[in-house]
Amino acid sequence: MTQSRLLGVGAFLLGVFVLVPAFIHLTGRWDFYYTLTSVALLSVSAAGVWLTFYIGRINIGQGAYALLGGYVSAILMTQGGVNFWLTLPLAGLFCAAVSVLIGVPILRLRGVYFAMVTLVLTEVARLTALALPITNGAKGITSIPLPGELSIFGLTLIPDFATLENPKLAFYLMAAALMVLTYLVLWRIVNSRLGHLCRSLQQNEELSASIGVNTAMLRVLAYAISSFFGGLAGAIFVAISQSIYPSSFVVSDSVNFMLYCFLGGLGYVFGPMLGTLLLYFGWDLLSVAREYQLLIYSGTMIALMLILPNGVLSLFDRKGGSK
Amino acid sequence: MTAPILQIKGVTKRYGGLTANSDITFDVAPREILSVIGPNGAGKSTLFKQIAGFVTPTTGEVLFKGNRISGMPPHKVARLGVVRTFQETTIFKSMTVRENVIVAHHLRSKASLLGFFFGSGQARSDEEDFARSADDIIDFLGLQAIRNEMASNLPQGHLRALGMAIGLATHPDVILLDEPFAGMNHDETMRMVGLVRRLRDERGLTVLLVEHDMPAVMKISDRIVCINFGEKIAEGTPAEIQANPRVIEAYLGSEDAAIGM
Repeated sequence: MTQSRLLGVGAFLLGVFVLVPAFIHLTGRWDFYYTLTSVALLSVSAAGVWLTFYIGRINIGQGAYALLGGYVSAILMTQGGVNFWLTLPLAGLFCAAVSVLIGVPILRLRGVYFAMVTLVLTEVARLTALALPITNGAKGITSIPLPGELSIFGLTLIPDFATLENPKLAFYLMAAALMVLTYLVLWRIVNSRLGHLCRSLQQNEELSASIGVNTAMLRVLAYAISSFFGGLAGAIFVAISQSIYPSSFVVSDSVNFMLYCFLGGLGYVFGPMLGTLLLYFGWDLLSVAREYQLLIYSGTMIALMLILPNGVLSLFDRKGGSK
Repeated sequence: MTAPILQIKGVTKRYGGLTANSDITFDVAPREILSVIGPNGAGKSTLFKQIAGFVTPTTGEVLFKGNRISGMPPHKVARLGVVRTFQETTIFKSMTVRENVIVAHHLRSKASLLGFFFGSGQARSDEEDFARSADDIIDFLGLQAIRNEMASNLPQGHLRALGMAIGLATHPDVILLDEPFAGMNHDETMRMVGLVRRLRDERGLTVLLVEHDMPAVMKISDRIVCINFGEKIAEGTPAEIQANPRVIEAYLGSEDAAIGM
């Protein structure tokens, strides 16, 4: 790692974990915690979508996995009495497993065909949640307990959220930590051979197969990782709102995840993170425009895609290169 | 003739009512340069896809070193040592020439997926090996000057050579070249003919090619198989093929004209 990059990472971590909380304390804008927590979690989910873009598939179905992960966590906690911290990886793994089953047939599709199928997935997930007895239909699952204590051998790593003075800060730190971890994993994938193979898949699947890449397996693997992130984010959202309904994640959420990736830049690992931040805040800021909010928002999106087809991050890219 | 390295046995592909090729049979000897020729739509490309695993024959089979490879997915066929390059010069556009060739070494990787992720010692030593081998291939093909060029900036001739480098990176026994001379001028073609010969002479490869450029085919091939309307109509040395009335008829529709040279 070069020095400047190390410095950048350090500055980023400092900003996220120290400066932001400090700023909120000084200004008293406690509502920012909720906004920023949402941004962090949405960007975790968007990271997954970005990875499917990286293998050349347009994924408009991440909402389905966020919903699924949320329900898995909620059901395990309320009906199984499982500790939240254990439900978190379980939700992710469950989503990954389901995505393998769904991915094997649909990942054979390309381009707009794959996109169309994934678009339907979110709606299928919503309708399934409405119909199944275990998800409690339209009434959803409510009064989900706050994350409990996480301890190993009697050593408390994370205290019970219910005993905290400021659970908002705790949620923010948790979401931010997860975001950092997610992007670390993503960065590592992209810069390893695995990432090269994903890129080869994006550019030319047949050639990729003919140099011996098991393209079917690689696609499913990338999709499973993507869905894992989706499930993880969904589970934490549920913990924050302490409730989940079939409409907690809908098609427009799935579309948003995709837009975050587009806006930030599909060629940049940190693109979806930036995209999420800009879009989420942008939308909030535009609320001053009242009835024109949606018009300005979508107009700006279209303009940005025309002017910066490679995303906002391409502004800072001198070579127009890859990372 | 020594034991054939590749055997095409009665290979047929039907798409619904349409027959792409039918009952094609021939053997390929080790270190042979064999060309498959035929008019457009004769079923040559389908044959290549059948050999490389992209298309499963409706009936018939393809044997490599005596083992059946038809019906296997392309990555397994490649793993065994049969590699196809592409007619459309499709490579990894947003990578440099050298990166392209390094990535193409994937087959020889010994590290596991987790090894890639965590950058294990095996994964790192693999990468070093690949880089060395990639440089070796780049030198062999005379691509030193464009080693760090983005693939998307390359002219046609270099793209073709890069496609070949990618194929070579898998260290195959048999390489399938899909129209290696297409769109090339005379000088470029002659250089490519020399290159294909060196693949065989210096690297010990068996070369199968599909091609339209008759002078080049006649010059380069040990043997030629001619396909028309999905069926094999002739097989033999260039001289035999040139004199074969069925081949002449297929190409020119009459026996009065000679093909090629």
